[in-house]
Amino acid sequence: MKRVYVNEKWCIGCHLCEYNCAFANSGQADMVKALKGRDIFPRIRVEESGNINFAVSCRHCTDPICAKSCISGAISVKDGAVCIDRDKCVGCLTCVLVCPYGALSQGEHGAVQKCELCLQNTCGEPACVKGCPNRAIVYEER
Amino acid sequence: MTEQNLKQYVIIGNGVAAAGSIEGIRSADTTGQITVISQEVHPVYCRPLISYYLEGKTDLQRMQYRSADFYDKMGCQVLYGRIATKLDTAAQTVTLDDGTTLPYDELCIAAGSAPFVPPINGLDTVPDKFTFMTLDDTLALEQTIRPDSRVLIIGAGLIGLKCAEGLQGRVGSITVCDLSDRVLSSILDAECAALMQQRLEANGIHFMLGDTVQSFAGHTANMQSGCTVDFDVLVLAVGVRPNTSLLQNAAGAVERGILVDEHMATVLPHIYAAGDCTQVEDVSCGTKRVLAIMPNAYMQGYCAGSRMAGGSAVFDNAIPMNSIGFFGLHAMTAGSYDGEMYEERTADTLKRLFIRDNRLVGYILVGAVDRAGIYTALIRNQTPLDTLDFDLLKKIPTPAAFTPADRRKIFGGEI
Repeated sequence: MKRVYVNEKWCIGCHLCEYNCAFANSGQADMVKALKGRDIFPRIRVEESGNINFAVSCRHCTDPICAKSCISGAISVKDGAVCIDRDKCVGCLTCVLVCPYGALSQGEHGAVQKCELCLQNTCGEPACVKGCPNRAIVYEER
Repeated sequence: MTEQNLKQYVIIGNGVAAAGSIEGIRSADTTGQITVISQEVHPVYCRPLISYYLEGKTDLQRMQYRSADFYDKMGCQVLYGRIATKLDTAAQTVTLDDGTTLPYDELCIAAGSAPFVPPINGLDTVPDKFTFMTLDDTLALEQTIRPDSRVLIIGAGLIGLKCAEGLQGRVGSITVCDLSDRVLSSILDAECAALMQQRLEANGIHFMLGDTVQSFAGHTANMQSGCTVDFDVLVLAVGVRPNTSLLQNAAGAVERGILVDEHMATVLPHIYAAGDCTQVEDVSCGTKRVLAIMPNAYMQGYCAGSRMAGGSAVFDNAIPMNSIGFFGLHAMTAGSYDGEMYEERTADTLKRLFIRDNRLVGYILVGAVDRAGIYTALIRNQTPLDTLDFDLLKKIPTPAAFTPADRRKIFGGEI
């Protein structure tokens, strides 16, 4: 299945992916209204150390430990994509406790959020990838 | 295959370990017949969510662990309200409390644990007393409480404190007593426990630590310290005990929990066990322990199911780990705390990492828990710390500290 993959050497650490992610998942039509002057809660995060930059989002593992560990039965695999039912999530953060990549985080209203490949929002394909100026993240089969 | 040739699977218990077991069986056998023996009269639900239910953060519908058609889809028959009373390992049968005998080819004991109720003098004179383990316990407790109820909880562990949080705002007062001198003594050291206790106290929970009930007389508890506590509702959350008697009576190997190997097989042929009733090796310290936590229950159940159906699953990296929050303050803990300590602290956060023999063996995080799973994986995988940038990692849990080869594998391929 298609996933978001990282080309580490092309990432310049511009953080545009974070803004595009937060906007795509805001449910709003206007980026300024959605993001300006607000704390943003992106589901992708640029990691930085020395000269290294790269964007981390859910790996959509084939055997996801977050889904096996969720105490609310809120995380499931749908056609290979790891999805979270944020209405079932109680924000216990057990998924944060177990994800080896740090790919889940607490969202604005307490429930956990994670990359769902923009399949659940109106974008339809990962907004982070669409807006990346450098192809430092790509959405493809590997 | 004819019906006679289909494998007969029996699962004792209907919690998350049982659900894992069902899904594990179906990963390797789509046709065998699965019978689930469920003491509780509910489909599998999220047991740790009972306190969130009291708090109003979930409801009976959302607490369902799986969809309404789960058992149908999985081809399971569930016998509700039934208890397994006897195993005949020679005949390969389970006898139920209504006298029914079920044959099995492969059996999984996922019987969970039961609240331990200490024999306190006068306990029988207390009219409204509850344990806090099941949905039925919770619904009964909810029926009884009034806005002015004075609630006494015995036990400042995970169960007692989550109960306190769930009840806060719905009752008049909550007092928690525990013989231990600190809260959450099984997972937190004294200083971390003090941070949690402060948060609980700031939200109106009253503590009597280092003290417990010596005797009851109706609505009064006489404490060991000599003082008395008047209460309306009592919650007993002293601890739990693995349900092991069925296997023990069949001459299976049991210590504190049912002993299982890395396939969740017990010492008896064709009998597996999973979840809170078992005892497995904690790889963070090498000792066999009861690890009564939900992620382990699912993973053990899945492994048992897979093996019962001829699959190849292995579960050999169990560690204790907990994510627990009270009134917005979150703590995460994992592994064991025997090692050299690395510490960082701010006014509201505390991080303690425990390092031994080039491995991270445990941690306690209070207040700042983002991406803690990166630490958890180091413990579970027993990763040699000199193979990555641990100086960076101990300050910030970030994949930037992984080796270039690992980064390529994790972020450039299917995992």
